[in-house]
Amino acid sequence: MSRERLLGAVVLLALGLVPLAAHLMGEPFTITLATRAAILALAAVGLNIALGLGGLVSLGHATFFGIGGYAMGILASHVQNYEPMFEWPFLFEGSTSMPFIWLVAVLASALVALLIGLLALRTSGVYFIMITLAFGQMFYFFSISWSAYGGEDGLSIYVRNGFPGLNTLDPIQFFGLSYAVLCIVLLGAHLLARSPFGLALGAARQSPDRVQAVGLDPKRLRLVGFVISGAITGLAGALFADLNRFVSPTMFSWQTSGEIMVFIILGGVGRLFGPVVGAAVFVMLEHWLGDMSEFWHIWLGLLLLAVVLFARGGLVGLIAGREKAHD
Amino acid sequence: MTPILIAEQVLNGLQSGVMLFLMAAGLTLIFGVMGLINLAHGSLYMVGAFAAAATAAVTGSFLLALVAALAAAAAAGALVERLVIRRLYDRDHLDQVLATFALILIFSEGTRWIFGSFPLYLDIPEALSGPVTLPGGIQYPLYRLFIIGMGLVVAALLFWLIARTRLGIRIRAGENDREMIAALGVDIARLYTLVFALGAALAGLAGALVGAIQSVQVGMGEPVLILAFVVIVIGGIGSIEGALVGAILVGLTDTLGGIFLPQIFGLFMDPAAATQTGAALASMAIYVLMAAVLVWKPTGLFGAKS
Amino acid sequence: MTDAILETRGLVKSFGALRASDGITLDLRPGEIHAVIGPNGAGKSTMIKQLSGNIAPDEGTVHFLGRDVTGLSTMARARAGLARTFQVSALAMEDTVLQNAVLGALGATSSPYRFFRPALKKAELRDRAMAALERMGLAGHAATVVSELSHGQRRQLEVAVALTLQPRAFLMDEPMAGLGGEGSQQLTGILDRLRAEAPILLIEHDMDAVFALADRISVLVYGRIIATGTVDEIRRSPEVRDAYLGDAE
Repeated sequence: MSRERLLGAVVLLALGLVPLAAHLMGEPFTITLATRAAILALAAVGLNIALGLGGLVSLGHATFFGIGGYAMGILASHVQNYEPMFEWPFLFEGSTSMPFIWLVAVLASALVALLIGLLALRTSGVYFIMITLAFGQMFYFFSISWSAYGGEDGLSIYVRNGFPGLNTLDPIQFFGLSYAVLCIVLLGAHLLARSPFGLALGAARQSPDRVQAVGLDPKRLRLVGFVISGAITGLAGALFADLNRFVSPTMFSWQTSGEIMVFIILGGVGRLFGPVVGAAVFVMLEHWLGDMSEFWHIWLGLLLLAVVLFARGGLVGLIAGREKAHD
Repeated sequence: MTPILIAEQVLNGLQSGVMLFLMAAGLTLIFGVMGLINLAHGSLYMVGAFAAAATAAVTGSFLLALVAALAAAAAAGALVERLVIRRLYDRDHLDQVLATFALILIFSEGTRWIFGSFPLYLDIPEALSGPVTLPGGIQYPLYRLFIIGMGLVVAALLFWLIARTRLGIRIRAGENDREMIAALGVDIARLYTLVFALGAALAGLAGALVGAIQSVQVGMGEPVLILAFVVIVIGGIGSIEGALVGAILVGLTDTLGGIFLPQIFGLFMDPAAATQTGAALASMAIYVLMAAVLVWKPTGLFGAKS
Repeated sequence: MTDAILETRGLVKSFGALRASDGITLDLRPGEIHAVIGPNGAGKSTMIKQLSGNIAPDEGTVHFLGRDVTGLSTMARARAGLARTFQVSALAMEDTVLQNAVLGALGATSSPYRFFRPALKKAELRDRAMAALERMGLAGHAATVVSELSHGQRRQLEVAVALTLQPRAFLMDEPMAGLGGEGSQQLTGILDRLRAEAPILLIEHDMDAVFALADRISVLVYGRIIATGTVDEIRRSPEVRDAYLGDAE
């Protein structure tokens, strides 16, 4: 096992064990923090497929995070308010079932990723960054002005949605669920990176000419990668909304896009466990620095600047060496 | 819907377009010459606005406030360029995005630290306040006319600077061929600092001018920054003409869409639903415009062919 | 004409006032190495890009295996069996030698839209890739990351990836570029054996290699083919001496 793998396994294990310990010691807040870290890591695992594997610098992944969040908010609010979503062609009252909400979140984010990808992938480089950022902002303003679902104030969902066999309102059970989703998606991302698709997408990032010359279409590879990436971040959005029992336009904001990207950079671009390390470190910093100083974003900014300027490869790179695993 | 209302809204759109141009021009210049994508450009807009508000509060002079905005934004720009930005020219776009994102965090929280979380207000000077009557009987705020005029003058100066002056020649040479200007003996490091400070000053000026109509607060720069990105995508990266045309287009679309879309929907929907649908769609109008340009011309209206 | 594998008729491509291709007609026949030489700026790169499909000609046609492929993309031409190597190595530098070769096999044999089984564990991809690496003498470096290869090894890998396509014709853009005498000799030997498998359209500056390998040579000057013939014919041609050998060497 390489040092990178070992580090990843340790961090993932710690992320699983700390809430268990907190549960035994009766500290639900720590469990909530760990849940937050796991869900944010999931969002970043999604972005990492576009960014790390595909080289697509998407500064608009809040779009998918928000769509996932609103998928939960909209479906659950109809049930909460006893207002059917539609009555034709059949009566649909909304849903409070997590698996169904997740399915809707994934499909809706994938569809939007497809549309944005079709437009944004006509360009590359800086254009791609600006366009993804702009479409994120479009959803942000749209959610603010769409008063039917709370507008600027967002939507509160009073009861956390259900998952068969679990009491999701129990912090440790909801954590376990989020953690399980994260582990499954990590396994999927690991397989994806080594699969024929991952190989081709990675090559399309490094040498699009070569990919074309062997008869593969780099644009289509990128589009599929972008859609998968958006769908995963959308799933994270649905979980995040359930964690907070609240959705608001903030989920669509450019800061959210930036932060999801920051998780990856703190951890290390294109590394399987980079997003997990990054999100965990971010949540800890947010908690501790936020306690010490009202202006903790300054320290976050300085740390980020230092990592970008001096520690390329992120924290995983610092600890495990710059060389990435090859297999 | 009267012609006067339409004329008023066109002027409003022009005003916001001209301000967007000041932002977009700096961004596109910095990208064209140094190949840098600068997310912190909105922070320089904010620095200009805060410097103006603080100066006006102390001196009571709007003119001094504008000068302070220009100076503070240019100085902040030059400082940041020396300390951070110049390490990013050879980096990929991802590093540039992250480092300048970090700068936003530092600028925003730093400003909150100094000035607090409450918005500041910058008053429109006596001489420029109140409405004037335009030909056709349109009553229009003098200050907004002043902004339009100011923006157009700065745009003209900028075009003149780039087309006619020695600095402009160097900037254009820098856009085409970096080694060339190095071979000509131009001090590139100084040129880059200068271009960055120039872009920053334009952003700071825009921030101060707009700050007198809206409130001056932390986070005011980023929405404008993203609009300026839309402008650049529409106009084409690196093109000042593109920035001007794109800015006016975006300014007009945004303003007119916000006013007229709800009215148009009101023709066939009940008023409450029309207002809601119209407002929601109006918020998307400029992005639809951007998408249309992307389909038609992926590198923008004035962009170089890829 | 009929038995040509790859054939162009009257290719014209202008960039502004510059006519980079000015009515290029040439063919590549089975079993041959057809070298295209010419001074810098003669339009060799522009020509090969029209053959590979990276740029579209203003006029003229490209036929491959008897089919008009003028309107086809690079990808479609590659899938039809036209393999290309690049002047400047275009490889996935962070990936291993084997991964690069498997990529070629993937393009040639199957869909890349498979998301779960590891690419390197698919026997049909791996076998095909390893066979190509073995022929280029790279099998021992299969697990090496490309960025750690020597320049010469990268040139060999370029050819190996092309081989994984099991192509019907090769387009080689200066495969000897940057190779020393020994490396160049080694590659010459490999190309010599390769022609039996599929003909090679070879653009090359290394005249020793060209004269050693080429069955036919075409001389491209200012976007026009001024002469085509055997090595001896080209050496004797007065026009070639005037237009090319005269001022270039």
